[in-house]
Amino acid sequence: MSTAVAQKKGFGAFIWDYLTTVDHKKIAHLYLVAGGLFFLVGGLEALMIRIQLIKPDNDFVSAGFYNELLTMHGTTMIFLAAMPLIFAILNAVVPLQIGARDVAFPFLNSLGFWLFLFGGLILNCGWFLGGAPDAGWTAYAPLSAVSPGHGVDFYVLGLQISGAGTLIGGINFLVTIINMRAPGMTYMRMPLFTWTALVTSTLILFAFPALTVGLFLLMFDRLFGAGFFNASMGGNSVIWEHLFWIFGHPEVYILILPAFGVFSDVLSTFSKKRLFGYTAMVFATTLIGFLGFMVWAHHMFATGLGPAANSIFAIATMAIAVPTGIKIFNWLFTLWGGTITINSAMLWALGFIPSFTIGGTTGVMLAAAAADYQYHDTYFVVAHFHYVIVGGVVFGLFAAMHYWWPKMFGKILNETLGQITFWTFFAGFHLTFFIQHFLGLMGMPRRYWTFLPGQHLDTGNLVSSIGAFFMAFGAIVFVINVIYTSVKAPKVSGDPWDGRTLEWSIPSPPPHYNFKQTPLVRGLDPLWIEKMEGRKGITPAEPLDDIHMPNPSILPFIMSLGLFIAGFGFIYQVDNLSYLWLVILGMGITLGCMLTRSVKDDLGHHIHKEDLEEEGAEQ
Amino acid sequence: MAENTNIHENYKRKKNKEEMKQQVITFALMIVFTLIAFGMVKADLSKLFVIPILLVLAAVQVGFQLYYFMHMSHKGHEMPALMIYAGAFVAFMTVLTLSVLIWW
Amino acid sequence: MSDQTLNPETMPEQPERATLEGKNKFLGFWFFLGGETVLFASLFGTYLALRNSTNDGPGSEELFGLELVFVMTMLLLTSSLTSVYAMYHMKNNSFGKMQLWLGVTVLLGLGFLGCELFEFYHYIHGEGFTLRSSAFGSAFYTLVGFHGGHVTFGLLWIIALMVRNAKRGLNLYNAPKFYIASLYWHFIDVVWVFIFTVVYLMGVI
Repeated sequence: MSTAVAQKKGFGAFIWDYLTTVDHKKIAHLYLVAGGLFFLVGGLEALMIRIQLIKPDNDFVSAGFYNELLTMHGTTMIFLAAMPLIFAILNAVVPLQIGARDVAFPFLNSLGFWLFLFGGLILNCGWFLGGAPDAGWTAYAPLSAVSPGHGVDFYVLGLQISGAGTLIGGINFLVTIINMRAPGMTYMRMPLFTWTALVTSTLILFAFPALTVGLFLLMFDRLFGAGFFNASMGGNSVIWEHLFWIFGHPEVYILILPAFGVFSDVLSTFSKKRLFGYTAMVFATTLIGFLGFMVWAHHMFATGLGPAANSIFAIATMAIAVPTGIKIFNWLFTLWGGTITINSAMLWALGFIPSFTIGGTTGVMLAAAAADYQYHDTYFVVAHFHYVIVGGVVFGLFAAMHYWWPKMFGKILNETLGQITFWTFFAGFHLTFFIQHFLGLMGMPRRYWTFLPGQHLDTGNLVSSIGAFFMAFGAIVFVINVIYTSVKAPKVSGDPWDGRTLEWSIPSPPPHYNFKQTPLVRGLDPLWIEKMEGRKGITPAEPLDDIHMPNPSILPFIMSLGLFIAGFGFIYQVDNLSYLWLVILGMGITLGCMLTRSVKDDLGHHIHKEDLEEEGAEQ
Repeated sequence: MAENTNIHENYKRKKNKEEMKQQVITFALMIVFTLIAFGMVKADLSKLFVIPILLVLAAVQVGFQLYYFMHMSHKGHEMPALMIYAGAFVAFMTVLTLSVLIWW
Repeated sequence: MSDQTLNPETMPEQPERATLEGKNKFLGFWFFLGGETVLFASLFGTYLALRNSTNDGPGSEELFGLELVFVMTMLLLTSSLTSVYAMYHMKNNSFGKMQLWLGVTVLLGLGFLGCELFEFYHYIHGEGFTLRSSAFGSAFYTLVGFHGGHVTFGLLWIIALMVRNAKRGLNLYNAPKFYIASLYWHFIDVVWVFIFTVVYLMGVI
């Protein structure tokens, strides 16, 4: 049925197809486009910040607008760009790597995307409705609880809705990886990217509920007169800090672990070697995941938790350097003695190793609680987390896109443009952020609108702003590359990189049932094993038979739209109680959709054996 | 063949019935625990003595719920158990922090 | 997936996990409960942090009476047992008895919810104790209210399942649905055990 829909019937059918799709590969496209657009928006905000700081006493933007810019830059980049882009790669790759035909919950997968998108839209609606959120991406109370206007309300409702989507996505990938692996794909034969996806999903499961509660408390304070963070009612704003960072610190590992997985796969493929120390890599991944939950208070050293708590969290934080160090060395040893191919994907991986190591080193410096009193809230911190998030996550996403683009779209991204992107972005990145370490050590505080002349901060800020333009240039070249490739580049085979893992054993882009016959996995790097034994493809685990696939559905879209409407009702009922009707309407739509989903049987459909044989003959 | 399934079905039903008996015993114990908890509070004993016992009783009751009522003792619950314990660990850290690290 | 495969003569030993969809639902829902554990822990932590912040308003010792809480505890605890009975009859493929026990569960749940609403009504109108009274008030209503919201959702869920499947009986497509609904109901009781211990009993001691 859905193959018939996929036949081009015009633009309307194309849109309808994507609105209703439950196919993980198409959901990956949706995440990629939406996350990419938000990445450009967040980048534009970053550029405006750097233009404002290009010279002392600048007034390119007003102080209030600057607060909105820096809040939205952080929030957008973390929640609306990095998270969805990671989900795009997860969706595109994980089911293929484990030899599955689909994810465990196709319907919820689509719901997760639409919730994220509508949450992101609410967040950005603030720009047009009287001011965006302006209390920093961490939205510390009591500032966030009393910040005038509706800005922070958009933050609260937007993140609540998109956070629900992320939680759903996390559970979906957990169950997919645990339940849907092909025969023979034991845990210790899973590609490292799948392993990191598993650990990241676990972190999502346990980290996001803390954010959910924190956001509810803030929402009740702001919109219903509760007093959680209101000292005059006996409230305590440190509760927000804890809840936010109990979520927030695992969140940075949620972002970086999949990037680690990408580099592991890329480095091993382009070194033509098995990943060095696979078992240690798996162990290090889970250990990082575990330690990720024990260290949140290192963001709060200056809060005044006392020397005992500070010391415990300092030591736990430094401990994370051990598994991360294991990983760095294993990547280097994977390269050692390998037959190395240098291309765009590989360049991002190679650029990542030193960049991330610098970020890790400053991380250990910041973990020293006593010294942190000096670094706290300066540009040193800004430099540190941009080194790990840009040098780690963004480089990882670029590597992943270059590496898996042919799998997702059947075409290789242009190599020349890819290298231009890498070199300009890489140079621009170090130009922007390396100097910020020193600006921070010289005492420049983060989040300030301007700085004064004659304090030796002028040159550093100028250099930093110039670097930002290089990064913007690199990002634009990447967009051009995507357009150029989709128009001009020729189709490639299913295995352009001489790959090692299951996703390269099927055509590019894969048919919507992924594997005609479920593959039989006989070891780590299953495709490579088959190649070494002189076979062309993977040995199937079953005879050709009917394939069961889920039906598409518009309900996820409508359900998320309902929450979007209810969100505005919640925000504006403060001004006028009749907006509560909007809440009732929106929640009614959402709950109605849930009921419909519950009572309407959806048994999916079958692709028949005969049709599969016909397709096989065509190829 | 039909007889075979019948025997199997009978055996299954018997097994289910025995398990149900256990469930009822579990329930009776939970009621007793609840009575003890409420009774101890009513009896006005020392705070330092009562609170730890209340928490232990609650933990045991929750264990009963999970392992008997929710069948976590059965086969095929390894992953659910892992995730519940992981959740309980994060939950413990959260509650501990918020109850001791907030006021100073 | 034809009728035949979904409606076997005798139910397999674990009807909730007989199909891949069932296995996925089962595992996914347990994981969700793991996440819920953290959600409620955050609410409990907030409550513990703020339980003495009464802002010169009423505190827990003046407010809470144990009699109603005891009745509520018994109602919810018994409803947990009745939902175990329902699952017992599901495994024996006796749909009628399963529906009956689920019905009893719903009634007990409604009784609990009625008591809770009465309690809240009494606090708000009798004692003038609301969400806006103090940080303690905010924390109390949020924690207990979240639990009450879960109870409400669970009741709607079970009722919807009962009504939807009343005519067609049990099969391998809806068995997992019934099973995870009962898991949810048990989890609600797990949370309540901590609420009556930490909020009410420790509140009056």
